[in-house]
Amino acid sequence: MTEKADVVVIGGGFMGAASAFFLRQRARSVILLERGLIGQQASGVNFGNVRRQGRYLPQLPLANRSRAIWSRLTELIGTDCEFLATGHLRICYRREDVGELEAYATHAREYGLDLELLTQRALIARYPYLGPEIVAASLSPQDGHANPRLAAPAFGRAARSAGAQIHENTEVVGVTRSGEDFLIESADGRRFSAPTLLITAGAWATQLSAQLGETAPLVVRGPQMGVTEPVPYRVEPVVGVMTNDPREVIYLRQVTRGNIVFGGGGRGPADATARRAYVLPGNILNQFRQLGRLVPDIRRLNLIRVWSGIESYLPDDCPIMGESPTVPGLYYAFGFCGHGFQLGPGVGETMAELIDTGTTEIDLAPYRIERFAEAAPIALPEVELSE
Amino acid sequence: MNRFVRLAEHDRAEIRFRIDGRGVTALEGDTLLTAMRLNGFILRWSEFSDGPRAGFCLMGACQDCWVTTAEGGRLRACSTLVANDLSILTTPEVE
Amino acid sequence: MTAPRIIVVGAGPAGIRAAQTLVEAGVRPVVIDEGEASGGQIYRRQPNGFKRDFRQLYGTEHRRARDLHETFDALREKMDYRPRTLAWNLSEGALHIVHNGISNAVPFDGMILATGATDRLLPVRGWTTPGVYSLGASQIALKAQACAIGRRVVFIGTGPLLYLVATQYLKAGAEVAAVLDTSAFGHRLAALPLLLARPDALAKGLALIAQLRLAGITMLTGIRPIAIEAGADRNVARVHVRDARGRDRNFMCDAVAMGYHLRPETQLADLARCDFSFDPATHLWSPMTDAMGRTSVRGIYVAGDGVKISGADAAEIAGRLAAHAAIADLHSAHPAGRGAEGSVKKLLTSHRRMDRFRRGLAKGFPWPAHLAEALPDDTILCRCESVTVGSLRMAATALGAPEVNRAKAFVRVGMGRCQGRFCGPASAEILAAVLGKSTDGVGRLRGQAPVKPLPIATVPEDAS
Repeated sequence: MTEKADVVVIGGGFMGAASAFFLRQRARSVILLERGLIGQQASGVNFGNVRRQGRYLPQLPLANRSRAIWSRLTELIGTDCEFLATGHLRICYRREDVGELEAYATHAREYGLDLELLTQRALIARYPYLGPEIVAASLSPQDGHANPRLAAPAFGRAARSAGAQIHENTEVVGVTRSGEDFLIESADGRRFSAPTLLITAGAWATQLSAQLGETAPLVVRGPQMGVTEPVPYRVEPVVGVMTNDPREVIYLRQVTRGNIVFGGGGRGPADATARRAYVLPGNILNQFRQLGRLVPDIRRLNLIRVWSGIESYLPDDCPIMGESPTVPGLYYAFGFCGHGFQLGPGVGETMAELIDTGTTEIDLAPYRIERFAEAAPIALPEVELSE
Repeated sequence: MNRFVRLAEHDRAEIRFRIDGRGVTALEGDTLLTAMRLNGFILRWSEFSDGPRAGFCLMGACQDCWVTTAEGGRLRACSTLVANDLSILTTPEVE
Repeated sequence: MTAPRIIVVGAGPAGIRAAQTLVEAGVRPVVIDEGEASGGQIYRRQPNGFKRDFRQLYGTEHRRARDLHETFDALREKMDYRPRTLAWNLSEGALHIVHNGISNAVPFDGMILATGATDRLLPVRGWTTPGVYSLGASQIALKAQACAIGRRVVFIGTGPLLYLVATQYLKAGAEVAAVLDTSAFGHRLAALPLLLARPDALAKGLALIAQLRLAGITMLTGIRPIAIEAGADRNVARVHVRDARGRDRNFMCDAVAMGYHLRPETQLADLARCDFSFDPATHLWSPMTDAMGRTSVRGIYVAGDGVKISGADAAEIAGRLAAHAAIADLHSAHPAGRGAEGSVKKLLTSHRRMDRFRRGLAKGFPWPAHLAEALPDDTILCRCESVTVGSLRMAATALGAPEVNRAKAFVRVGMGRCQGRFCGPASAEILAAVLGKSTDGVGRLRGQAPVKPLPIATVPEDAS
């Protein structure tokens, strides 16, 4: 027997779960297939940054759309996923980088994102715990952070409550097109079909798209995350470093319970097939040094846990999102290059809109899958701009 | 009031240190946990408002006995020997 | 052929015998010890300046203790011994250790994990109250500090340590308020055939109970712990249990020693990605090994209570066996690698006897899984994060967590400083019960680095 719906979504990460939820909002019937549990991979292991500033500027309309949803989570899905609009502080250590912060703020304003530039003196007054090496910062007051372990599963539960058929522990082994429909077969022999297919399978997405004749140069990496023991709540904004030196990249946030979550400083190896990713001990020790530069008092604390997971990256650090150029009814949203968490709700709403109405106001041209077939291969950027 | 009870090994050098600003004594070779419990102090307050804690496993596994020094440092009381001039706070530093 | 680089983690009975066997085979092992000095927890040495003799410290085991300490001290020049050093992480072919704030990667060809055990705990209402300590802690206070954890102590839980530590307190002059065992007398009878595998150890155990009885100590079996209650000063004042006949019993006290036998410290084996298996007799997960202690990962060996809770004597044998295996696998050109068959055979025979006794203890003092299931919702389960039993149940029922790692992700149970060492065993039972699954059906908490909290001030060796 084949289970049918308007849309089959393969991949129950944040993008897939949010898409399923918003498709139900538009009364489309949805089947979501997830190999493990909802939100276990990149969606669940990332830093939890709800950050717009510093993004690729043309991505801001999508990020703004997403940000608006973050404020409405409780009403939409029944939980706030620990989202707090604490502000996001992007700092730099060098006078010569201040111009870049200023230029970004100028351009961001055109996209409706207002940033506040802070001098060293203003920073010390407002955030006395920051280190003396910091020369300036850009504050995005309405950005913040949330709990990635909760967000995608919460969307999954909300989608299910709204009528989506969510099948966890369901590994897709075959995707074919037959007439107007896609036929999807799982490892245990179940079959699903729909006239519309959305692939949101992260690091595993191209294994599926290749079966329909399209691919992209996806590589997998493991973020290097850690968390300290709890201490009294003091560091309100998310703080991240803007730098051209990958070893200097560090970002941190304190949850109200007190733990300080951090990441950055290069990524680790990951194996999509074995579903394993590694935190390199040398990276941890480098992170310690960088944390001390950012918030010197953190040197008094203990690291209590590190983790990684499987994230997928594309050569130009932008995701693949939109409709297939060659297969009617096929849609993609994957490869978010380590900065998909903030975008999750917006991607879900945009994909649902696109699938439901055939169009969206969000410009998806930069995210076309065919861009890699057209361009010469680009080396993965050395600089880590994302979290 | 629960406190540790010293049953033997009384013949050791005296150590003087401070807990919450109060001068207290212990013997050389006492762990910080032992010294604090002999003096009837708890070690810390739970970060999550469920009351005082006084350590649990004494073998460095449960991590229940991390105390704060007056300088803001952290010590695992069961695996740290008490020393002269230590100054311990049982409540976390107030911002 | 140059000798392989072999690391022994832990310097308790298993680690000491492993190091000794390696030295005898011409290997200079690196021995990593978190303690101040060798001996492990069981044969822990008292700090400098303490004067009690071996007999006072180690009782019936004083000869073994002396032999182990002397053996190790004699080996000091033939190995690279690193006391006060934490093995905090593992990467491909290197163990990451930290000593005095400096982290160091030690490359290895083989590694013997002799990491020992900690108390296995079952939460009870009020178990975070000051004055409540683990059984192991109560013993350490006495052995390494010459202190009792209080003036009047209730011992509660199950396992041989319950009676051993109570007796030690009695002898040292502390007041034992009661010994309250969740296991029933019938469990012991049923375990007798297995326990007879080591008549000597059985006799020692019976002697402990006789001594307590002779001293007129209240000893109850088949009890159900209800609560540890605090007095007005917020310290322990009373232990409330229900006895085997269902009557409420209260014991006034100012300290509680609690524990339910032991659980192995398996973090490094987990970081090494060894395969684990669930033992239905003990409800514990352990690295899978062959009889010698080889794990599923080449070059990684485990020995002693860090794999299966068989006690100190068995750990000595397991340490030797693991070292023999490492020598055979990595140093086969050495004559000791070839000539060891005879002694290995003997060691294997004794180890099998020890394992039979181990199963006897598991049967005689069973882990009371049914009591974990019955814990009230408001009981603190995870001491580190103050997560209640009710939160864990909610993770399963309202949030749909089908296994322990998912529950951890949702409600932080096992996510704190101790990484689930103290809440993990009970969490699995609670989750299994609420989901209607078997205990192994809810999985195993995955280990994550660092093995223990690591100061952010830690620097790499090359930067110091």
